[in-house]
Amino acid sequence: MAAAGDELRMWRNFQRRARFFRPDVGECRVKPPLFDYLVARSSDEAIRLLSDNPGAMILAGGQSLIPAMNFRLASPSALIDISRIAALKSIDIVDGNVRVGAAVKHRDLEQSDAAFAVNPLMRTALHYVAHVPIRNRGTTVGSLCHADAAAEMPMILLLSDGWVMAEGPNGQRKIPAAEFFEFHMTTTREADEMIVSATFPALPSGAGYAFAEFARRKGDYAVAAVGAILECDLDGRVAAARLAACGIASRPIRLFDVEASLVGANLSDAEIDAAGELAKEAVTAPDDANATTAYRQHLLASLTRRVIREASEKVRKG
Amino acid sequence: MSTRKFGAPIKRNIDPRLLTGRGAFTDDINLPGVLHAAFVRSPFARARINGIDTSIAEQAEGVVAVYTCDNIGHLDIELPLLIPHPSMTKARTQRPLARGDVYYVGQTVAMVVAVDRYVAEDAAALVDVDYDPLDVELDLEQAIEDGAPLVHPTHPNNIAADFTQVSGDPEAAFAEAEHVTRIRVQVDRSTAAAMECRTVAARYDATRGELTVWDGTQAPLGVRGGLASIFGMDEDKVRVIAPDVGGGFGQKVMFPYPDELLVPHAAIQLGRPVKYIEDRRENFIGSNQERTQIHEIELFAKKTGEVIALRDNFLHDTGAFIPYGIAVAQVASTSIAGPYRIPNIHVRFRAVYTPTVPVTPYRGCGRPQACFAIERAMDQLAEELGIDRFEIRRRNLIRDEDFPYTREGLLFADGLRVKLDSGQYLKALDMARDAIGWNEFAAMQSRAADEGKSLGLGLAYYVEGTGLGPYEGGHVKIHPITGKVYVNTGLTSQGQGHDTVFAQIVSDQLGVKVEDVIVVEGDTGTFEWGVATFASRAAVVSGNAIHKTAVKVREQTIKAAANMLEADPLQVVLSDGYAEVPGTNRRVSLAAVATATNPLRYAFNSAAQAATQFASASRHDGPPLIDGQHPGLEATDYFSPECATWAYGVHAAIVEVDRETCRVDVKKYICIHDCGNMINPVIVDGQVMGGFAQGIGGALYERIEYDTDGNPTNANFVDFLIPYATEVPAIEISHLETPSPLNPLGVKGVGEAGCIAVGATLASGIEDALRPMGGAKFHKTPITPSMIFEAMAKA
Amino acid sequence: MSRHEHLERSIPSTSSDPTAEVTVTINGVTLTRQVSTRMLLSDFIRHGLRLTGTHVGCEHGVCGACTIMIDGRAARSCLTFAVQADGAEIRTIESEEKDDGTLSALQQAFQECHGLQCGYCTPGMIMNIRSHFDSGEELDLSDDGIRELISGNLCRCTGYANIVKAVRRAAELTGRA
Repeated sequence: MAAAGDELRMWRNFQRRARFFRPDVGECRVKPPLFDYLVARSSDEAIRLLSDNPGAMILAGGQSLIPAMNFRLASPSALIDISRIAALKSIDIVDGNVRVGAAVKHRDLEQSDAAFAVNPLMRTALHYVAHVPIRNRGTTVGSLCHADAAAEMPMILLLSDGWVMAEGPNGQRKIPAAEFFEFHMTTTREADEMIVSATFPALPSGAGYAFAEFARRKGDYAVAAVGAILECDLDGRVAAARLAACGIASRPIRLFDVEASLVGANLSDAEIDAAGELAKEAVTAPDDANATTAYRQHLLASLTRRVIREASEKVRKG
Repeated sequence: MSTRKFGAPIKRNIDPRLLTGRGAFTDDINLPGVLHAAFVRSPFARARINGIDTSIAEQAEGVVAVYTCDNIGHLDIELPLLIPHPSMTKARTQRPLARGDVYYVGQTVAMVVAVDRYVAEDAAALVDVDYDPLDVELDLEQAIEDGAPLVHPTHPNNIAADFTQVSGDPEAAFAEAEHVTRIRVQVDRSTAAAMECRTVAARYDATRGELTVWDGTQAPLGVRGGLASIFGMDEDKVRVIAPDVGGGFGQKVMFPYPDELLVPHAAIQLGRPVKYIEDRRENFIGSNQERTQIHEIELFAKKTGEVIALRDNFLHDTGAFIPYGIAVAQVASTSIAGPYRIPNIHVRFRAVYTPTVPVTPYRGCGRPQACFAIERAMDQLAEELGIDRFEIRRRNLIRDEDFPYTREGLLFADGLRVKLDSGQYLKALDMARDAIGWNEFAAMQSRAADEGKSLGLGLAYYVEGTGLGPYEGGHVKIHPITGKVYVNTGLTSQGQGHDTVFAQIVSDQLGVKVEDVIVVEGDTGTFEWGVATFASRAAVVSGNAIHKTAVKVREQTIKAAANMLEADPLQVVLSDGYAEVPGTNRRVSLAAVATATNPLRYAFNSAAQAATQFASASRHDGPPLIDGQHPGLEATDYFSPECATWAYGVHAAIVEVDRETCRVDVKKYICIHDCGNMINPVIVDGQVMGGFAQGIGGALYERIEYDTDGNPTNANFVDFLIPYATEVPAIEISHLETPSPLNPLGVKGVGEAGCIAVGATLASGIEDALRPMGGAKFHKTPITPSMIFEAMAKA
Repeated sequence: MSRHEHLERSIPSTSSDPTAEVTVTINGVTLTRQVSTRMLLSDFIRHGLRLTGTHVGCEHGVCGACTIMIDGRAARSCLTFAVQADGAEIRTIESEEKDDGTLSALQQAFQECHGLQCGYCTPGMIMNIRSHFDSGEELDLSDDGIRELISGNLCRCTGYANIVKAVRRAAELTGRA
């Protein structure tokens, strides 16, 4: 892991090619470049096509990839369309956890009562992912693979201690969320691997949870968002705490210091305020057009206090 | 006589077509064999071009032509300076395709024409341009310092224009002041961002030597004039049609943009139709923008709060070129005293070249900046003198008996006097105070404070010079077959609803249904005298021209009908498409009247039989058309205003600033508005609400960002934050209708009204909300959460 | 230019992009076409099928002007390749009018409430609202609820207030309110 100073420098460099801004903005394009369009009928076929076509990319919902292609920020040699693979379209409860196939649309996951029953944070957060027409086409696994540092679902996967299943020519491997998101728009997926599913674990029994986000406009990427999962013992003291945030660093991050400060706490106002102050230290994103670092810290502290309060209200003690 | 349509909330004629997808925007028009253009644009804010190699691009499959400054012949010129003004020396305008140097990121360097836009974009990437980047200065205040990098070596300190206007005797008044308030305010750059980007398509008919251009413009007559002049063609061989246009907001009044010349040029050269549909990113870097001004404003007052003089000195960012002259800055400088009776004014501006997209009007055109300056200064004065914000305004507003109120010495953007022609400024202020609940607000604010909430009240007054000349025309004709009325004018609509308000005006004169009045605008082939749609002028100038014309056609119709009905003209009434004598069974359709006034040889329907040479009613004792008479019921007339007519209004808001997220929540927003007589109140409200939403954008969200190298960094809809419905609060509008004495209909313009005062109102409200937390000032828009946080953090 | 220059030029009519066969059902009509694999669905609908009611405002998925319905759900046609729509059922604004040529309740409501000005965003706006009306979901007809429903479609003319009214009016006209 990069030291804080390195991370800031990397982030600044990266901003120059982040999202839709690039230095050569004078070259305007809105039509995608040429590519080979390949339809995969099975995961195996998709993975084979990925190996056989260097520079190919997986196309699921395309809601991040196609705008990047329209702007010619992405020029894959081929697109491998996995949206017709039935096996990847299902939401399954496996070992009590929610397994989301690579072709599952955000909107289907949002509307899945089974998924909601196991991990309600997904629906709560999905409500903040762009707007319904985008969620109707965009896939949750696609969003995880796109790995925008301000995106909600990578943060929820991290918060929930989930993982993705990567499949390549040599078989499958499970990548925990903590090891998957490397940097803004960068993951540890290998070039010849496809993420076939993501698993969002069930919330611990009796846990309280909350999600809070601030964006300049409805549906925009978060300026900052925080999620929390709290468990309390019989005395009402915090037995376990998980918090994660996005929009504040070059990838979604866990707020470990905040978590540690909360364990054993009975969530007095002072303790919650202190937790908010601790959260500020997690902000490494430099000033940008939407927020200065100082404001982001203030915002993150506010949102952190809010989710701790909301989550604690939902806790079933003991 | 049917009910008067003027003033009624009539449904729009155009809507069914737009609602069913039958609109015909430029890119919807089917041009078989059409080729598509894409541009190579400068990636540098300032650079020298060492060479352009188009050879690879030309070889690419599907590419038809690649143009640079070297192969466009007579088009390789500096484009016209549209509005000359003596304050500018050697005003710089851009070339259709860069020659030698580029001056902003996005400037057009080469144009590729190919079989489709996809291929054209592929090929544009293959054009190799060798640049030597040059130093730039983006900061407006730095750019005028000695030694700052120059945009144009011809212009020291980057000064494009330096202009001072004076009203009264400010020097003497400055000395008499008992109190002086000084503030520095800044409004940042924004853009129109109409939902349809700019568009142009052209077809050349070599047999007839006729060029037809479909152009999403606000100024088809201007484009025609430009094309005819630059191409050396007769004007009647150039037809420019503005079809349905998806919003304009000023950006589309500018012409000619490079594409407006190059696309017709390619169509002529290649013998095939060519079109260019600007994409959204190009709209951000290639189509003109507006707003950045920095004002240093001073109010010289008596202890009573009476302002006796105003001095304003401002910098106006004009971008890399100044094709539209000083119009924006001039509107700002002549609107700077707002609605106030300030007799002594000294206002100077310097227009500054910066290596950015050129600046020409965007809805508001200098007015939002002027309003922001004077209104923030008024709030500051009120605070310094301990007078409340309504009261300070009340003491300074122009009183009803002062109208017309002329600011001697100031010339508006039309070169004519600033004459505030009518209004009820004090009444409007009172209405605003009541509507926003000023009397109860202090209690509400303190209750909110007890709950830890920061509530503030914001207030701003604005004036809007509208309806500029020089003139517009109207043509009205009753169709002899259908009896429908055809109306033409020279300007054009981008969604304002002209077709309905003009129809209402005509309907009242001719007694026909509004939906039977067919308004055709924006086609130089149907009406070729006029100017363009800008400065909230269509209803005022074209509206009155059409009114005057309709009155003439009414007279013709009554006279002809009286003849047919054997009645006194005074007895004839026009109603429901008929001319009739009330109380009798004598009536005749307007179609029949129109037919009867057109002596015919051929009877193509039964009504026409009555107008043929051997019909019983026909004359046999002289020429069928008497010398001096014209066939049919038809007239053309013009309206040319003596000067602009000034609309005005008051905005007030109650805002809550969330100290946690620094978000501004507008709890209540009211607008008192007066644009004279309203032709269609629903459309007026629509204009105000639409302007208001753009005002919200400018106040809280929208800012064109450039990095220090001059790269636009948010040239897309992800990062340039246009408010969605979730970001635009509700607005309550009340109207006064003080007629303008300057035109027969008594109307004033409304197009820009809504956007002008929003930034000043919200800044006033946010400042009020945070006053207990240190009293930070909000003298800059847009106001971001970061700025609010910074203000709170300083406390 | 020389009078004979055009004789020397051979101008192609279409690109040589690779194509694929696509079958779609659009507004109830099933048809098959060869399309360039990189063609956006928005371009295919507008230029390939000449259904020009669907408009293009940004081509990066933010403005919503190109919103259509794919298999019953609102979607951005600029963020979908035509080839991805193979086998899909598509609805565009051209399906909204009734067969007898009268306006649908939604369209009527937009006209009654002055919910449009330039009309460029309107087709996308209506298709988005249509998808919500047709989904059977409960409509939240509060101001905030409607604003949330239409958030995702930019309109630069109306300021949205009259669109909010139009949605509520359409709900009344269709017995949903």
